[in-house]
Amino acid sequence: MNLRITDLTQRFDSTTVLDRLELSTGEIGALVLVGPSGGGKSTLLRILAGLDVPTAGSVVFDGAALPRDEPGLRRYRRTVGTVFQAYNLFPHLTAMDNLLLPLVHVHGLTREAALERVRGPLERFGLAEHVHKRPAELSGGQKQRIAILRALVVQPSRLFLDEPTSALDPEMRGEVLDMIRELREAGTQFVLVTHEMGFARHVADDVAFIADGHVVAHGAAADFFDRPTDPRVRGFLERTLSA
Amino acid sequence: MPRWLAHVVVLLVVAAAIAAAFLRVGYAWNWSAVWEYRGKLLQGWLVTVVLSLAALVASTAIGCVTAFMLRSKRPLVEAAARVYVELIRGTPLLVQLLIGFYVVATAVGLENRFVVGVLLLALFSGAYMAEIFRGGLDAIPKTQLDSARAIGLTPWQSLRLVVLPQAVRIVLPSIAGQLVSLIKDSSLLSVIAISEFTLAAQEVNSFTYSTLESYLPLAAGYLLLTLPLSALSRWLEHRFRYET
Repeated sequence: MNLRITDLTQRFDSTTVLDRLELSTGEIGALVLVGPSGGGKSTLLRILAGLDVPTAGSVVFDGAALPRDEPGLRRYRRTVGTVFQAYNLFPHLTAMDNLLLPLVHVHGLTREAALERVRGPLERFGLAEHVHKRPAELSGGQKQRIAILRALVVQPSRLFLDEPTSALDPEMRGEVLDMIRELREAGTQFVLVTHEMGFARHVADDVAFIADGHVVAHGAAADFFDRPTDPRVRGFLERTLSA
Repeated sequence: MPRWLAHVVVLLVVAAAIAAAFLRVGYAWNWSAVWEYRGKLLQGWLVTVVLSLAALVASTAIGCVTAFMLRSKRPLVEAAARVYVELIRGTPLLVQLLIGFYVVATAVGLENRFVVGVLLLALFSGAYMAEIFRGGLDAIPKTQLDSARAIGLTPWQSLRLVVLPQAVRIVLPSIAGQLVSLIKDSSLLSVIAISEFTLAAQEVNSFTYSTLESYLPLAAGYLLLTLPLSALSRWLEHRFRYET
């Protein structure tokens, strides 16, 4: 994917969360957004995922500008997948019905075709034995993996992952990160917001450091982590890597 | 002790206590006079069943619509719903029935007592339903709506597939309680001379001077309607149950 963000501003009432943000990437597979909490990462991701409309500015993915009208955005959201920090799944449906819902009701598959579609991925990620459970009966890690799978089985052009492991215990983080790593190796493109710096370095092509509504630093993962030039990035990396 | 047995035991104790009270006051029973009017009581009961059912359907519809109006971002829509709910909940049903029937219905030329009665009862109960539904809708976290939008559902689909199934489970016990109240509140329709169950009992009483023999069947007749409703609600609650 290739992303070009120009002059992007997001204001809520009188608070400016994104302030004329600019970001252009080359042709990359994974972009990771890092930075301090409240810096605007998640706000940016919500705009990229077509969930919020920015106050001003434009986002162009692979040459196509994001629409600003709700019907256009809805069509766009159907071509991508989004996973939030937590509470992605619908608690009244089993894991299987959570997976089938978008396939049947949004993408028009028959229930049989949808079942066929999800069978392989469920096996591959070791989730087949849990599909008849409701979210409350799943572990946090299983819930997030089902949520990622739900975003994935509609065959989106890319995924947006908003701190997918932040709400998890350390031991469950690993299984979710492993899944994302595996997807990365299989060629799935994504934009990821995370606080896991080691993981970011491993999966990212590009890393952007976002603070105070700006892109403070942006570059290839190796450069970003090994030769940080910006003092704020250096300070942030020292704090997070030593923690 | 199994649950059903516990229920039976408690019922027997209550029945014994009431029977003891009757024995103590030495009430002279006269069932035969009331038995003469059993047809009237049955007919009144049937009228209560039909008008409760009609008001139940209408008040659910009114409650649903009003709940969404209460959540509206348009000030006038929200205000209209809020004023309706507070006026209805803050005033006695008796006053609403008298003004509604003798003033409003007469003014607009609505003469069918039964229709007016059902409408007034539905408007009364609908205000309570609206608050219950609104509470249910408010209880669905915003993250659920985000997830629904993220997978590309339309607003109508997210309402139908995500919000309502969860809200129904939340409001079910309160709605069942409200429906039980509605059935009992229908007894007030006797003041606008609808020949429902309570009016029938009042008439039987005035013909026979057997007050308790007229009103005890009334209590039994209402229980016959409200107990199955409570049972149905418990069953539905069980069916919709899941941990969150």
